[in-house]
Amino acid sequence: MSVDTLSSGRTRRGFRDLPVPLVVIALAAFIYVTAALATGQANQISLTGLSGLLQRTVALGLVGLGQTFAILVGSIDLSVAALISTVAVLASYLMQGDAGMIVPAILACLVLALVVGVINGGLVACWGINPLIATLSTGLILQGALAAGFTYLGGRVAPEFQALAYQAPFGVPLPVLLLAVLAIVAWFVLAKTRFGAHLYAVGGNPDGAKLAGLRVERFVLAAHVIASLGACVAGLYLAARLQSGTPWIGRDGVYDLESIAIVVIGGTALSGGKGGVLGTLAGVLLFASLDASFNMFGVDAFLKQVLRGAIVIAAVAVYAVRNKGHVA
Amino acid sequence: MTAIPDTVRPSRRVSIRGLNFALLIFVVLYAMIAVLQPNYLEAGLFMNFLRRAAPLVILACGQLYVILSGGFDLSMGAVVTLVVLAASMLIGGDPAMTWPVIVALYAMGLAVGLANGAIVAFLKVPSIIATLGTMLLVNGLALAWSGGAPRGDLPDNFRNLGRLVLRDVPLVGTLPVAVIILVGATLLAGWGLHRTAYGKRLLAVGDNPRAAELAGVPVKPTRISAFVVSALAAVTAGILIGGFSGVSVNAGRGLELQAIAACVIGGAQLLGGRGSVAGALFGSLSLFALFTLLNLLGLPQALRDSLQGVILIAAVGASVLRHRRST
Repeated sequence: MSVDTLSSGRTRRGFRDLPVPLVVIALAAFIYVTAALATGQANQISLTGLSGLLQRTVALGLVGLGQTFAILVGSIDLSVAALISTVAVLASYLMQGDAGMIVPAILACLVLALVVGVINGGLVACWGINPLIATLSTGLILQGALAAGFTYLGGRVAPEFQALAYQAPFGVPLPVLLLAVLAIVAWFVLAKTRFGAHLYAVGGNPDGAKLAGLRVERFVLAAHVIASLGACVAGLYLAARLQSGTPWIGRDGVYDLESIAIVVIGGTALSGGKGGVLGTLAGVLLFASLDASFNMFGVDAFLKQVLRGAIVIAAVAVYAVRNKGHVA
Repeated sequence: MTAIPDTVRPSRRVSIRGLNFALLIFVVLYAMIAVLQPNYLEAGLFMNFLRRAAPLVILACGQLYVILSGGFDLSMGAVVTLVVLAASMLIGGDPAMTWPVIVALYAMGLAVGLANGAIVAFLKVPSIIATLGTMLLVNGLALAWSGGAPRGDLPDNFRNLGRLVLRDVPLVGTLPVAVIILVGATLLAGWGLHRTAYGKRLLAVGDNPRAAELAGVPVKPTRISAFVVSALAAVTAGILIGGFSGVSVNAGRGLELQAIAACVIGGAQLLGGRGSVAGALFGSLSLFALFTLLNLLGLPQALRDSLQGVILIAAVGASVLRHRRST
């Protein structure tokens, strides 16, 4: 997570994209500090303020980590928002406030995510269906089933589970630690393991990877499973944070679009094969700073949506505009 | 000279096959509706079915242009919401304002379409991200403008575009105005796509933009025009929807996906190059027949989404399999 690991992870892939996460983090810090000073809320730049800022990054960061894998292999996952809602609802439905059900509920959610990930990956990798349509469809299926199955808000998570989202050992909120640990694991997998190197190979040039003897389908499948697991953890976190899951929690958070946006802002190519989780973390920090700044300035909720849309487009455009060819 | 028919014929054969597929689905689904509810075979109820399907058909025709050019337009639903909310606020119940406001609505649609197209063509943002962004943006604007709740009122002469039914028409008996608009829009879309050089250019751009560019096709203007067509179609659909379902902040939610699904069922190939207006027409009628069938069967409304997901996967999956077999 420090600058050291950043450079050692990147040197072998060339220096050209070295500063992207740093630039994004600097931009995030600049926006946050400017907003805090401009609105006279200098106390936001304290430890408590910053820990609040980091807390904001958790849900989107967890989804973004998974999304990074999907995008790195040249696919994409639009079903994450629906999966987050489903997991959050399922967790609170299974727990019903009972601490004994925490582990079974978490396991059930992980199994669900695994199934969704395998289905997504299977549709994309084995059947050859366009990933946008495949994952959009699985998202629709989940959302529809959710809306049909849970018309009322039944269930709430166990208080012990809820406490997890609010604990702060050593002054760092537990969810932030969770995100950090998972990010380090993801970084390690991508930068230091053979599996990670193969993921880059598959995303960079699927035909070449296939000719080199890689089972391309398996890697795409694995990436989709990881994307779904990321969404699952985010859903569990949101359920813990909000005490109970609602069927529209994922859709309202626009986690599908925003997770893609932070991945791309972090310098990961939408065409796959280039980028990494550090950029994604920088991207989520930027979004959290923007969000916090909007709040400090007291921007109206609908206007916030307008600005978000514009920022997503602008952020992607910064990278995309350098493309020589035509995009669709 | 022989090369030209050779390149034209396969694509035509494919589009007819796609049409047959969607037409077949529609006939089967409508037959199932008729079994459950025999009076759906009467001309009047069929016209009513077409009237309610009209917005989806028009949206699908617009979406088809973007899909054939190789992109997606996810901002259509947001444009529909904007149109419905803007119409009610701008007209404010005054019938004299209807036509000027309709012109203003088309101007808004034009602006959204141009913005989408320019973002994709000049900023090189993939259309799925660009139009998701404009979807958020347009939806946010519409809600911020209306304050989050519908205000104002739509006068009868506006609502009649969507809900007026002409009586005692020869041959068909009743003829809703929306069906006339549906037929006009479909013919216009079909003419533009299948009878003009512009349509051929659009297909060429979607099939292989680099090759089209080398062949002298103005790729960027063609691509932008597709988004404009799509946005204008969304405005037309929005006017009809405002007409028969009134004002709501959720007026357009999910319609963009329905339009894409309709095109795909109709045999349009995602990421461009292949598809027909007739396919989109029957694709959207199939989808709407399916929704009607679900209602008649008394299934929960929410399962619509799930079913639509299954259909999207099945339609795209089937075309993947067909394509794989032919190569």
